[in-house]
Amino acid sequence: MSDFSFWVILSNLLLATRWTIALSLVAFASGGLVGLALLFARVSRIGWLEWTTKAYVEFFQGTPLLMQLFLFFFGVALFGIEVSPWLAAWLALTFWTSAFLTEIWRGCVEAIPKGQWEAADTLAMSYMQQMWHVILPQAFRIAIPPTVGFSVQVVKGTALASIIGFVDLTKAGTMLNNATFRPFLVYSLVALIYFALCFPLSWFAHRLERTFNVAR
Amino acid sequence: MSLVSIQNVRKSFGEVEVLKGVSVEIARGAVVAIIGKSGSGKSTLLRCINGLETYDAGGISVDGIDVAAARADLRDLRRNVGMVFQQFNLFPHLTAAENVMLAPRVVNRESEIRAKELAREMLAKVGLADKAGNYPSQLSGGQQQRVAIARALAMRPNVLLCDEITSALDPELVNEVLRVIEALAKDGMTLILVTHEMRFARDVGTKLVFMHQGKVHEEGPPKQLFAGPTTPELVQFIGASLH
Ligand SMILES: Nc1ncnc2c1ncn2[C@@H]1O[C@H](COP(=O)(O)OP(=O)(O)O)[C@@H](O)[C@H]1O
Ligand SMILES: [Mg+2]
Repeated sequence: MSDFSFWVILSNLLLATRWTIALSLVAFASGGLVGLALLFARVSRIGWLEWTTKAYVEFFQGTPLLMQLFLFFFGVALFGIEVSPWLAAWLALTFWTSAFLTEIWRGCVEAIPKGQWEAADTLAMSYMQQMWHVILPQAFRIAIPPTVGFSVQVVKGTALASIIGFVDLTKAGTMLNNATFRPFLVYSLVALIYFALCFPLSWFAHRLERTFNVAR
Repeated sequence: MSLVSIQNVRKSFGEVEVLKGVSVEIARGAVVAIIGKSGSGKSTLLRCINGLETYDAGGISVDGIDVAAARADLRDLRRNVGMVFQQFNLFPHLTAAENVMLAPRVVNRESEIRAKELAREMLAKVGLADKAGNYPSQLSGGQQQRVAIARALAMRPNVLLCDEITSALDPELVNEVLRVIEALAKDGMTLILVTHEMRFARDVGTKLVFMHQGKVHEEGPPKQLFAGPTTPELVQFIGASLH
């Protein structure tokens, strides 16, 4: 009996993990795209554009992700628009991810020595040409390790989507616990699965970091 | 008419006035060596010529273009004014040839084939035809600096600004860079060099500018100034650099 419920619990958790992975991938991809667009705005040297982007980043970095989820889930409903947990979670995680990635990438752009800008400047390149051909290719290299590292935060962030009813790994854990009353077993397994998702990512990020440090 | 005309230029960083009314006239084909103690304003003056720094008063014009007036878009000016830096500032993610080709390609919209030819020609000019495919990290300091010169030359500038381009090099690598500059001078390129290489300034320069405390303290034909400096500051400076 106990063996049976262990396998039932595990298989149900693994099935729900698919949704955690899907939400993570989708949020990270769309967050990355929005983040790249915002990066250009953030370092555009156009005053109001930089300030607006900065305010956006500050807002999403300075408020709990859970509040952002609530805002999208309940807030949009106020306008009479039905929002599914999936859509709300996707939107909130996209905005949240984009804010953090913009900030990480801005740091990478600013880490490029001033002499690189000046050399491109004296070659009569325009700002966009300098960005595209000189700065971003170099910033991209140093951005890879922290970006991969941040993907761990996205995976863990998806757990909050369970609170608005999105059936991911965490939500499945809660439901299974209610059915089996074996919280320690259930949540141990949940934690283990998250770890199995996240550890390879952070290991990979550390390895990349070491590779790039050696390559310099 | 002067190719580069600097008239009574003043420049402050915050409260500190770094250029206190500097005037220099530079003819086409001239090789101007700017010497002086560290902090006397040499780099700042050079950087005002291509708009890397703004100046507060006075005027600079290059080939008839007023630098301050060109402020909104300095690209036309910079096409005519090349610059080489002490720290080379090569693009580390590009090979030597790609470093040289980049601006001709994206700024002048040369074809890939034409840009490659140009890179080959310019690298040959600085004696690095065989290093086209090397990344900067695979080159010695002297080679990197020569690539930087080739990169600047590929834009076919009318004047080349050099800011202590041998100061970051090991002594045994200095000469290979100076020889390239000397060849450019023979070709008739207008050169403005901030330098500590006194012998080079005397032998290759057509004009010597001694800066002291933000001013041109003394200027004239190099051989004449080195043989008989008139101000005690230049006497002292020359004396100190020869040891
Ligand atoms: N970006 C800057 N901000 C503030 N002070 C500067 C800056 N650049 C140069 N200075 C100051 O201006 C003075 C002249 O500098 P510089 O032109 O580099 O002299 P030089 O090249 O003759 O050594 C120095 O006192 C230096 O500290
Ligand atoms: Mg200097």
